[in-house]
Amino acid sequence: MEVCGLRLKNPTMLASGVLDETGKSMLAIAKAGAGAIVTKSIGSEPRDGHANPSVVELEHGLLNAMGLPNPGISAFSGEIKKAKKGGVPIIGSVFGGTEEEIAELAGLMDAAGADAVELNLSCPHAKGYGSELGSSPERVEASCKLAKERSSVPVLAKLTPNTSYIVELAKAAERGGADGVVAINTLKGMAINPEAGLPVLGNRIGGLSGPAIKPVGIRCVYEIYGAVEIPVIGVGGVTTGRDAVEYIMAGASAVQIGTAVWSRGTDVFSLVCKELSSFMEANGYKSVKELLGVAHSGRP
Amino acid sequence: MFKIDELKTDTPNVRTVRFKGFLDAVPGQFVMVWVPGVDEFPMSVSYPGDRFGITYQILGDGTKSLSMRRSGDLVGIRGPYGKGFSIDGKKMLVVAGGLGIAPIAPLLEIAKKKRAVVDLVLGARTSKELLFERRAKVAGANVHIATDDGSKGFKGFASALAEELLRKKKYRGIYTCGPEKMIVKVVELASRYKIPVQASLERIMKCGIGICDSCALDGKHVCKDGPVFSLPDLKKLSELGRTKLDLAGRKVPI
Repeated sequence: MEVCGLRLKNPTMLASGVLDETGKSMLAIAKAGAGAIVTKSIGSEPRDGHANPSVVELEHGLLNAMGLPNPGISAFSGEIKKAKKGGVPIIGSVFGGTEEEIAELAGLMDAAGADAVELNLSCPHAKGYGSELGSSPERVEASCKLAKERSSVPVLAKLTPNTSYIVELAKAAERGGADGVVAINTLKGMAINPEAGLPVLGNRIGGLSGPAIKPVGIRCVYEIYGAVEIPVIGVGGVTTGRDAVEYIMAGASAVQIGTAVWSRGTDVFSLVCKELSSFMEANGYKSVKELLGVAHSGRP
Repeated sequence: MFKIDELKTDTPNVRTVRFKGFLDAVPGQFVMVWVPGVDEFPMSVSYPGDRFGITYQILGDGTKSLSMRRSGDLVGIRGPYGKGFSIDGKKMLVVAGGLGIAPIAPLLEIAKKKRAVVDLVLGARTSKELLFERRAKVAGANVHIATDDGSKGFKGFASALAEELLRKKKYRGIYTCGPEKMIVKVVELASRYKIPVQASLERIMKCGIGICDSCALDGKHVCKDGPVFSLPDLKKLSELGRTKLDLAGRKVPI
């Protein structure tokens, strides 16, 4: 199958931020069956990330505030090369404080050998980055436009759900020439430990992921699918094949999986694919394409 | 959260905290310790079960702050996580360097229950930094001391003393924890003498649950695939003893 100009052996991808800071870890995920891999979000300079605790385990997902730790683009280039040995597309995720910085990083990711770039316009817990830039349709459009100018590979825009107008952000990405949009990043959240009387995360505020946010992700993908022509990649709580079916029926051409690596292990990619296939077989669907957007008008 | 029951000074720079409560952990498993408002860090469990505890070196803000808490203060504990040691065979050679004895001490106590014969090589830089020597003896281990400066026992590295023992005696399994250079030598010895070996490794950990990649080691994750690794995995780890990741995920030499 082909999505946003990428050849995929299956519609699952590793979501950015999970086991994707080193080439060998990404290679292991490729071997575990992911159709593509999105790297950790990479910036211009090395960044340590936020103080721990950076993760809170919750009943229906995870709350995290890693704070965009990364070795910087120049140190990371070699990791892309190692990851590419896995034989699946490597999508380089980048973040920056300005449209110019993001575009420059997109160019550097392309030069490092990434098969596509994903612009992180949506990290909810790093001051000056991510959603602080990605909440403005004008800045989303400009980021995509500049990134397209600086790189020759497909450009995907990862959008924030922490807004009342994600559809406008998707339209802006399309106007800017993005080859696809990725929805959604984590939802802004906080956990307080009652005994300590303090927020648990070192950064106090973090991003909620996992099954808890799946209905939000489905709704966002559904709305975006009806408003843009470019492909939508769904992410947010995909744990099982049925979750992937929901996303695809809402309009996602592929799905990304992150938190479920925690709950089901790295086998989650092959498990989701198997479950997706059995659903399709049991319900008479011959291809993923037949499932795409079905929820908008019902099954033909 | 758990209440601190007791804080003890083991050596000038090492403390043990015992908590009010029960934690079922296999030796080698670790917990994420949250000192509210300061930091959260991984620490192997040195006392599993009732009044569970950790033993740590004062290194950063988190451990410094923890060492100034008092009994009754609350500390957050997540875990236990990871894979611990498993005892197979009745003749054990155990090699612990420095703070590496922390996860090993409960292993010795389990070995006693299983009636295994244990030779423990306990290494430290000086005699003042030797940890859990009495505890190891109470657990019935034959304790062989090695200090870098020769202030007690054998003068030299624990791995060198371990080699002397290997030349004289036969073992069914080798178990080790300590400085990584020492672990590398012990693993080399184990493969030379063709004895199964388990080693507890250490890397920077942020999430502790196998998602963030900060403890990556050749595509394996110390928090989930480890901290205790065995052959053949140990031999495949090309980064072992050579490089580790810093907080930003840059490879730095060990």
